[in-house]
Amino acid sequence: MSTSAKQIERMLALVPYLRSNDGVPVGEVADLFGVTKRQIVQDLNVLWFCGLPEAVTGEMIDVDMDALASDGVVYIENADFLTRPLRLNGYEAASLITALRALRETAGGHDQPAIDSALAKLLAATGGADGVDAAEILVDDAESAVHEQLAEALATGRRVHLTYRVESRDELTERDVDPLRLITAEGRLYVEGWCYRAQDVRLFRLDRVESVELLDTPVAEHEGAERRDYATRLFEPKADSSEAVIALHPNALWVREYVDHTELGTDDDGWLQIKVVTGDEAWLKRFVLRAAGNIRVVEPQRLAEQVASEARAALAAYDVG
Amino acid sequence: MAPRTTERLMNLLIALLVTPTYLPKSRIREIIEPYRGQKDAAFDRMFERDKEALRTIGITIEVRDTESYHGNESGYRIRREEFELAPIDLEPSEAAVIGVAARVWQSARLGEATAVALRKLLAAGVPVDPDALSGVEPRLAASEPAFEPIWEAVVTRTPVTFQYERADGARAQRVIEPWRLVSWHGRWYLVGYDRDRADQRLFRLSRVVGEVEPAGGPNEFDVPDDADVREIAESLFPAPPTADAVVRVRRGRGLGLRRRATSEDSADDGWDLIEVPYGSVPELAAEIASYGKDAVAVAPDDLRDEVRARLSRVLEAAR
Repeated sequence: MSTSAKQIERMLALVPYLRSNDGVPVGEVADLFGVTKRQIVQDLNVLWFCGLPEAVTGEMIDVDMDALASDGVVYIENADFLTRPLRLNGYEAASLITALRALRETAGGHDQPAIDSALAKLLAATGGADGVDAAEILVDDAESAVHEQLAEALATGRRVHLTYRVESRDELTERDVDPLRLITAEGRLYVEGWCYRAQDVRLFRLDRVESVELLDTPVAEHEGAERRDYATRLFEPKADSSEAVIALHPNALWVREYVDHTELGTDDDGWLQIKVVTGDEAWLKRFVLRAAGNIRVVEPQRLAEQVASEARAALAAYDVG
Repeated sequence: MAPRTTERLMNLLIALLVTPTYLPKSRIREIIEPYRGQKDAAFDRMFERDKEALRTIGITIEVRDTESYHGNESGYRIRREEFELAPIDLEPSEAAVIGVAARVWQSARLGEATAVALRKLLAAGVPVDPDALSGVEPRLAASEPAFEPIWEAVVTRTPVTFQYERADGARAQRVIEPWRLVSWHGRWYLVGYDRDRADQRLFRLSRVVGEVEPAGGPNEFDVPDDADVREIAESLFPAPPTADAVVRVRRGRGLGLRRRATSEDSADDGWDLIEVPYGSVPELAAEIASYGKDAVAVAPDDLRDEVRARLSRVLEAAR
């Protein structure tokens, strides 16, 4: 889209917004519209020359340039022909509606009625736009009871006691957690919170929460309990992570889509060798046991031997009966 | 200069919006000042460019033959009911939730489209608050290179063609009518109609290789009923349980299996016998095998055989 088209697009929302927000500070306008103050001032300077056909000076859109210059606030008049913004095009409507559908799956039941009715009204208001139904978000909702309790804890600011399954070690843990947020990432629900056991911020996958108990204790402030930014990746490799090399049979190349890795090349049997960083060898061991011989541990040798002896021990149980 | 262009576009837009009848082209040339000074050919070019610029931001300009002072010529107008956002009246609680939408997309382009949509709602008097609901953080990634072109094709109902790699590595060129995108476990899938195979199909976007090209024009096909599209998408879900398996698990272990168990009895020393509903033998067998010596499939026989075969292959591969 050209610069002028983008500017028109912005001005078509800017004019109706300013008409109903007399005297709004230009800095606030800039924040809302995601541009600089300078840009808003430039927009106003253009609008000053716009108006009804054959309008003479004084009939154009009137921006109070004195108020803008001296107080940094915006007053606009003579723009009665632009009372409402331009309708949403299909691309915008679909982006917004899909985002809200994702929100719906993350928020608990407490907020869902508001999200549902907002979605229904938006669909009605944008009904003419093509493609508003472009996308659908499917989420495992098997953990709805856990989800509800955590949403409730967040809404009321209460500490929770979690029984949490550490899948890689096949182990149940008990911990008190001050919840910070519910997060959906990579299509799964997590709760982020201050974990008293780890004395740090942790993410817990909801389908691994065996039970939640809402405590009467309100959540506390924690030094260093900043919310993490998960924009790039959900889990940072820990300092004590170790490296492993695994080989993938052509049937197991899908692994590359799920695991951060470096490709090392193809071995003599035609298996692709990749290097992975693992914070948890127990996880990798279970991953390889699951893969029916389509994944082989190359390094470390110790881990390869562990996998082999685990498989041997497991097979022994079938020879008895 | 950009400000001059914007000013001309804005004045054209206002003129077409307020005109009660189709505005003849000659009249437009008279009332928009920068058009007046142009030679015929230059004006024609400028006017065509300007109409196109307005169309790119989603404005529909209607055209019809009209009688004018200059005889029969094209007349133009923008219908207000087509132009304006329909009235939308959100309760405060509803307005509070929609601001969160601004934080959802991890794709810059869709994030920006959402921001534009929210600004329009703000301009329509909806008190959008991007900082509301701080306790939820839905994130939608769209990192697959095919995502944006296919999204655009779905929105505009434009057929597309792309090379697709199946799980076994075989590649083929496909021509698809893209119906809907579906997000499942953080991956995007396309539900659509495969023209060459004359059947509906599900595609994983990460397996689209190279460029996605249009294979026709906009609005070239209809999307079937919601329910039908959903049915195809639901093939992504795990198979629903059809029977119960019996698994022997070491006490305190096999927690993921125990969680789904419908019954749990203590067996011999240090072991329990549990019943687990399942829909797919290979999936349950893979899970049992992952627990190594802590879980043993007991029944049915095909499950038992499958676990044993899988573990044997693990051992073979390890040699």
